[in-house]
Amino acid sequence: MVAIPQERSALARFNGRDVLGRLWSHFLLRRIAKALFTVFFVSTLIFFLVRLLPGSPVEVLIAQLTGEYGYSYEMAANQARSLFAIDPNQPLFLQYIDYLRNLMRGDLGQSLLSPGVPVTAIILKYLPWTLFSVGLGLLLAFAGGVVLGMVMAYRRNSALDHLLSIAASLFYSVPSYLFGIMVIVFFGIRMGLLPIADMRGTLSSGQQVELSVAFIKDALFHAALPIVTYALTGLGAWMLLMKSSTIAALEEDFVTAARARGLPERRIAILYVGRNAILPLFTQLTISIGFIVGGSFLVEPIFQYQGIGYTLFKAIQSRDYPLLQGIFLMITISVVVTNLIADLLYSRLDPRIRRPGRSD
Amino acid sequence: MAQTTATRGGERREAEGGSTVASASHRSPAASRGVGWGQVFVRFLRHDKIGAAAFVVFGFFVFLALFGPLLTSTDKVTDLSQLYSQPSRDHILGTDYAGHDIFTQIVRGTRSVMVVGALAAAMSTVLAVTLGALSALVGGPLDSGVLLITDVVLTIPYIVFLGVLATFVKLDSPILLALIIAAVSWPTLLRAVRAQVLSLKEREYVEAARVLDLGTAHILFREVLPNMTSYIVINFVIAMTGAIYGQIILYFFGLVPLSGDNWGLMIQFAFTKGAIYFTNSLWYIMSPIVAICLLQLSLVLISRSLEEIFNPRLREG
Repeated sequence: MVAIPQERSALARFNGRDVLGRLWSHFLLRRIAKALFTVFFVSTLIFFLVRLLPGSPVEVLIAQLTGEYGYSYEMAANQARSLFAIDPNQPLFLQYIDYLRNLMRGDLGQSLLSPGVPVTAIILKYLPWTLFSVGLGLLLAFAGGVVLGMVMAYRRNSALDHLLSIAASLFYSVPSYLFGIMVIVFFGIRMGLLPIADMRGTLSSGQQVELSVAFIKDALFHAALPIVTYALTGLGAWMLLMKSSTIAALEEDFVTAARARGLPERRIAILYVGRNAILPLFTQLTISIGFIVGGSFLVEPIFQYQGIGYTLFKAIQSRDYPLLQGIFLMITISVVVTNLIADLLYSRLDPRIRRPGRSD
Repeated sequence: MAQTTATRGGERREAEGGSTVASASHRSPAASRGVGWGQVFVRFLRHDKIGAAAFVVFGFFVFLALFGPLLTSTDKVTDLSQLYSQPSRDHILGTDYAGHDIFTQIVRGTRSVMVVGALAAAMSTVLAVTLGALSALVGGPLDSGVLLITDVVLTIPYIVFLGVLATFVKLDSPILLALIIAAVSWPTLLRAVRAQVLSLKEREYVEAARVLDLGTAHILFREVLPNMTSYIVINFVIAMTGAIYGQIILYFFGLVPLSGDNWGLMIQFAFTKGAIYFTNSLWYIMSPIVAICLLQLSLVLISRSLEEIFNPRLREG
């Protein structure tokens, strides 16, 4: 019984197909391959959307340049080539190869509305603000949800549990953009509690990006409303998840054993129940990262917070195709990367998932 | 209760011998259950007050969608003396930035919200169910391929995908609008259907049909899908809530030509006309928001009720 698996593994070194299979079954490699494929898929999709749909943006631009500005076709095609990082005169396949090569070098073309400004520069300018506000919002929602969810599980069927359950369902069901509008309408306008106009933008005018208390305070002041929106609309789901996860963990044998050993309840709650109950939430975390980054596209315009979501909103409204393609790709990449990090983190925390469904 | 127990027994009987399985499709479990559902449904709503209320609210919106446009006048009367007026006998919900009646807009907007929502949900359900069931049944490279594409599309943030796609297509018809929403919303449902079919696949009556070599199409449409009807109906309702949010987002962000009546369009105008910054425009902004939330809440509650109706095990628990 013992000799057979050894024999198999010795043979595997000489069998190419099996080596590939073993590589594939490696958790890390499989994740990375999938992440790369996702990015490739999205960039390909963008290319063919731009090139192949009737009345594609490239053709529209060339028609506009030749028609309205009296460019010759050559000049218009050159202009389009630099703006989209695509050469319309080449065969489609070569264009595609060119496009991919440019992407690898980080060349996403130039913005149509502000020619000469590379899309990459625009993205780098606005993305950090979104990552900052979304990240903080997610962290607050996660931390709050874990604590409140545990409280709900420990005080099951108490008045507090019912109250928190209702609150969680309510926050869970209101979409973030409607929540944002209601914050402005009720707290900003009706009650006048928030200086909505002053809180717009990412920084007050005159405030430099620097490492100082004044800068951090100002950045937080401007990001407060988006952060609160992300945190509160996300909180409900975390609370409900943590509650059911904690209830499941409370019934585990090792918790009963810990109680029997007479460990202090506090220690059991944190080290035995909490640590195990939190694990399943990490898979949800990967999904919700993408969800919130996508949500910034709705929340930022409402609060006029100039992050990547706001920029994408403006690019879509003005049909600035190179910019919106670039942001779309960038958002996808950041979601893929955060998913990857969360997956790897999770496989560290819970070694059980590292092997694909095999029990040998 | 007796009805369901009988059906389960029937299911087992059909699967027992090869000769009975051949005629399984003629009296498939779903068909015999169809009679019982009506009774179970009525009996259930008597106990489930919240579910019953949700059905009433949803029925009200269906009524507005069907007859609303007939009961209200088409032309918007611009009345500059009545900007942002508060609710009164003439204007039940007050007026908007140009003195138009808000209640009329809510009533007239119901139809397009419901039609696009139902169409998009139907399209994504059809795609997800056929592709998901097929890939689970056939397995192999088809299954891995479908699963990979599904995972990839799931990774792309839904809202951003929707917004970007909308810039490439001129969304001037409800069908196109529904199509684009369906194009980004099928993956979740596909995964759910695939998982369900994978478990159904192991049932005896499906295995028996395989042994008899009845063909994938027969197994899919005659054996597997009829036994998933309740599951598909529930998922259709959930897909509809997603599709309604999707279209509101497209309208709200001005990605759809700004004409016609739609609640999303009302929020869009409230936002662009700066109404959210006026103190007297509360009724204008909140009316469509409350309408959306009510409709969505009724759909979510309906899907929960249906789940309990179709799945008696949940009821007992």
